[in-house]
Amino acid sequence: MTPTRAALWDALAGVRDPELDEPITELGFVAAAEVDGDTARVRLRLPTYFCAPNFAYLMVADARAALVGVPGVRRADVGLDDHFASGQINAGVAGSRGFVATFDGLADDELDELRRTFRRKALAARRDRLLRGLLAAGAAPGRLASLRLRDLPEGVDTDVYLSRRAELGLDTAPDAPLLVDDAGRPMTGEQAETALRRGRLTRLSIEGNAATCRAVLAARYPGVGDTDRSAVGPSRA
Amino acid sequence: MYEKDGERYFVVDGHIHFWDASPQNQANEYGRGFIDCFYGYHSALSPPEYLWPLEKFRKYSEDDLLHDLFEIGYVDVGIFQPTYLKDFYVDGFNTTEQDAVLKQRHPDRFVLNGSFDPRSEQDAVDYLERLSAEHAIKGVKLYTAEWSGDSKGWSLKDPWAKRCLEKCQELGITNIHVHKGPTIWPLNRDAFDVADVDDAATSFPELNFIVEHVGLPRLEDFCWIAVQEPNVYAGMAVAMAFLQTRPRYFAQIMGELLYWLDEDRILFASDYAIWQPRWLVEQFVDFQIPEDMQSEYGRLTPDVKRKVLGLNAARLYGLDVPDEVPQPSSAAAGVGDAEYPEVPV
Repeated sequence: MTPTRAALWDALAGVRDPELDEPITELGFVAAAEVDGDTARVRLRLPTYFCAPNFAYLMVADARAALVGVPGVRRADVGLDDHFASGQINAGVAGSRGFVATFDGLADDELDELRRTFRRKALAARRDRLLRGLLAAGAAPGRLASLRLRDLPEGVDTDVYLSRRAELGLDTAPDAPLLVDDAGRPMTGEQAETALRRGRLTRLSIEGNAATCRAVLAARYPGVGDTDRSAVGPSRA
Repeated sequence: MYEKDGERYFVVDGHIHFWDASPQNQANEYGRGFIDCFYGYHSALSPPEYLWPLEKFRKYSEDDLLHDLFEIGYVDVGIFQPTYLKDFYVDGFNTTEQDAVLKQRHPDRFVLNGSFDPRSEQDAVDYLERLSAEHAIKGVKLYTAEWSGDSKGWSLKDPWAKRCLEKCQELGITNIHVHKGPTIWPLNRDAFDVADVDDAATSFPELNFIVEHVGLPRLEDFCWIAVQEPNVYAGMAVAMAFLQTRPRYFAQIMGELLYWLDEDRILFASDYAIWQPRWLVEQFVDFQIPEDMQSEYGRLTPDVKRKVLGLNAARLYGLDVPDEVPQPSSAAAGVGDAEYPEVPV
């Protein structure tokens, strides 16, 4: 069975920028996705030549892992373009060498801790969005610590929030407290107040960063805003 | 000096460059990539009428700088923040020595800051001595993501960084501008993390730590540190540019900074030549927190704007402020307490 471009695209849509918590497909980071027999060939691009190499590595590695999971794909050739560490990252990911071996002498560990740190930040930002919604709908600010997951409204934001929570190994049962610390312990009222302030700040940081990345990417690759499934997908073949 | 609606503003541009990124000065592909990266920010976040062609952006003249800052840009004093990048540029990207030429010709217009790289160990300490003796510098700009040989960056926690900061304290170099970038050692860590500033600010309470571009993209970590360390300041380079493209986002940043820090610890900066002070000053003075956000963030009064635009930097650098510019004395002077809710949610 020969995979389709659409299948590659769907797989790539599951890959997120670890810092911005958005799919690389929506950020315009996928420059090309092609099927060549049983090989998936994908080019990635980033807003600047000097984007942080650790996050860049994660996206290339995650893209490759996602593509080899597509039925019919036996090989995935993923390359990052126009980046100071393109050569190293592309070779390192292609050879499954890991981050430490790829950046010989420049790293003292793999990227699991970095990824976890940013998943926590992303979770705090997503929780903030939900909390603001609850407050706007009349929830009492003093009673936030008593909220449970079942109090969240149905919808995409809640679904995404719960899936991110699950990724971090946190309880997603309807009875679980909404506000928990990194270890999953329920927050006190005072902790909840601080978390609310900090969560908004984290969201502001991530959302602002994402907007800046989009703008700088568009300046670097004019017309990038047009990149969507139709531009990258079969119609352009 | 800028005047609008009967209000006068003394303008200190807290972060300016006089760089040379011309192809002749680029030592390698990294030099090209670095200036292209700056150009991306310039292109993405400038009003169209302020866009430069890449060639001019790589290397502009002394006349360009004097014109853009002082003739049309309302700037009274500009603070040079050097960025050496000697691994990327033959003569460096923007060194203290290059800036010193302009400072010598226009002594009242510029503050000359130095720099140090703790990886040079004792040489870095000696260099600070020399900068102090020759130029009487009052500040340094540090770029922790700077490459040096095989190294991709350093931390303020490094032992030689502490030695250098001790030397700064001894020499009266009290303003430490910290700029984070995309790389650090080890590379698996978050290079933008400002935790080392926290450490340094605690160890050196007599020094002021101005975190450039308000810690973006780690605004949350920056504010968390600044709320605990009274000697940590917000440098507004980069954040100012959101005035044009994302004013509501700018309002949120200002609102959060006023909440977590206060109006005495925020410093205007253009990051010239990435952006030009003229439109930033004009738009900032015209700017107000949107009405629907005022219950949370309050309003920006002329006194708050005056502090941000110049008075705060003047205080840190001991600059003379003309008598015709009102000087509110304390943090609360410009803003009634009622305008900032205690715990806005």
